[in-house]
Amino acid sequence: MTDRLPGFSTLAVHAGAQPDPTTGARATPIYQTTSFVFNDADHAASLFGLQAFGNIYTRIGNPTNAVLEERVAALEGGTAALAVASGHAAQLVVLQQLLKPGDEIIAARKLYGGSINQFTHAFKAFGWNVAWADPDEIESFERAVTPHTKAIFIESIANPAGSITDIEAIAAVARKAGVPLIVDNTLASPYLIKPIDHGADIVVHSLTKFLGGHGNSLGGIIVDAGTFDWSKDNKYPMLSEPRPEYHGIRIQETFGNFAFAIACRVLGLRDLGPALSPFNAFMILTGIETLPLRMQKHCDNAKAVAEFLSTHSAVSAVNYAGLPGDRYNALQRKYAPKGAGAVFTFSLKGGYDAGVNLVSNLKLFSHLANVGDTRSLVIHPASTTHSQLDDAAKVKSGAAPEVVRLSIGIEDKEDLIADLDQALRA
Amino acid sequence: MNHDAYDDNYIRSILNNVKSIAMVGASPVNVRPSYFAFKYLAQRGYDMIPVNPGHVGKELMGKPFVASLADIDRPIDMIDIFRNSSHIMPVVEEALKLSPPPKVIWMQLGARDDAAAEKAEAAGLKVVMNRCPKIEYGRLSSEISWMGVNSRTLSSKRAPIPTQGMRLSLNRTSFSGGQTAASDRAAKNKTETT
Repeated sequence: MTDRLPGFSTLAVHAGAQPDPTTGARATPIYQTTSFVFNDADHAASLFGLQAFGNIYTRIGNPTNAVLEERVAALEGGTAALAVASGHAAQLVVLQQLLKPGDEIIAARKLYGGSINQFTHAFKAFGWNVAWADPDEIESFERAVTPHTKAIFIESIANPAGSITDIEAIAAVARKAGVPLIVDNTLASPYLIKPIDHGADIVVHSLTKFLGGHGNSLGGIIVDAGTFDWSKDNKYPMLSEPRPEYHGIRIQETFGNFAFAIACRVLGLRDLGPALSPFNAFMILTGIETLPLRMQKHCDNAKAVAEFLSTHSAVSAVNYAGLPGDRYNALQRKYAPKGAGAVFTFSLKGGYDAGVNLVSNLKLFSHLANVGDTRSLVIHPASTTHSQLDDAAKVKSGAAPEVVRLSIGIEDKEDLIADLDQALRA
Repeated sequence: MNHDAYDDNYIRSILNNVKSIAMVGASPVNVRPSYFAFKYLAQRGYDMIPVNPGHVGKELMGKPFVASLADIDRPIDMIDIFRNSSHIMPVVEEALKLSPPPKVIWMQLGARDDAAAEKAEAAGLKVVMNRCPKIEYGRLSSEISWMGVNSRTLSSKRAPIPTQGMRLSLNRTSFSGGQTAASDRAAKNKTETT
């Protein structure tokens, strides 16, 4: 008898979580402990030497975090995952396994502003270089490939305007270049898009956004697709060469198709240290149980709000891939048929001042720098996150003076529309 | 048998039914994957026999090395082959001469010889290729979930308390049937792109 393949919602509730062996607790317990006792000296040596599966210290692994890891791996269709302190930590740990000083990644120009900062400044100080490419022009990725290229990095649904990336086309470029494709799936969540099905080798998330979903806990995760051969040409010595930290173990040879997740844990998290608090893991796990319900509501509300704004007399343009006339609508129907996500931008006829006024007049929308909360959020990039840029640079980064970004929550859509309407009239 | 994607129940029935395992190519060096797997399987209660002509006279976890399968003094349920694909066929031919023959031929992660598999299956043996029994045991018992690995199983039953050396239950519901493993797609893509 072949076992039945459970659906996404079943996995969102159950994957990774079995009743606790000692107490029978049905909810996943919060293992708020730094350390775990060894059975004996041999057990300790086996754990430290990576010969046995088990817990040592919460900076390396924790049973609550492990449930979160298995759940997200199952939802994304990966072989394994590693939870870390934030989305930024996930990106740091991933690239530490892949890049040496002097190496390069090719990154899509349309990224979360925090990622652009991290790649441009912090990673540059490590000697990791970034070449920017335009996700709307696939050839720009091909042109950017050099002998130093070690990975390609894109967002599935891209900040700030919710544009949809042609993952399969960029995956083909990565395969041809012999490098892994890393996809930040934060704005889509696996409910809308499963990048591994489209050729991603590594998926990263800020769990802080839709997966946690309630705006209460930071977290990040790395999912290993199990698809990349790290030992093919010795380009990735962290995975293919004997590791002196572990008496000469070769990570891929020993761990097979989940070697990348193991490398991130035992070489990255262990030595860099951005561990996730088990309490945050518990909060995020609770959030994930309702991901399918919330994500559909986010998308349905966002579409209704985008439709309302597109006909409003104070609005000059709406960028939402779920609208039939949008330039990303065809890609949305291919990659994210259940919905175009909940983050998008629109432009006001009244320019900069109208943007400032709108934000101050809204009563339900919260003015803050986050996305993917149950609550609806608004930000006027030109007067906040992008205020240090000159006007030309603002336009280039999608933060022109008249642009407002929304992250639509799961309130009643009629109330969101009424709030926007009164604020636009005020 | 589809050797690109095994049903979990196939792997589970093998791991539940075999009792003795001869590991061909077992290494006494404690950073080699064969050492890890040997130790793990011995601690799960399998009767392990290390086979490696280069180490006769030594022991692995208290078990003396033997030079060849023919030197083993008792019936063997499974042969776990830790050799490159090019060295599989002679081991399978030797295994088929044993009396009684083994029930299972298992080739390690990275090892695959379809001709040898066909020969063993024609003689009524079960064959697994390009898998690690330690990883499969850990996955199907969910023990490996401690490492964030997707076990591709679900259970609403209280787990047995996992103490060292105890045999964890393999009796969990699989949800993949082995059909959707990304690793299997990877293996396929690899031949397409290299």
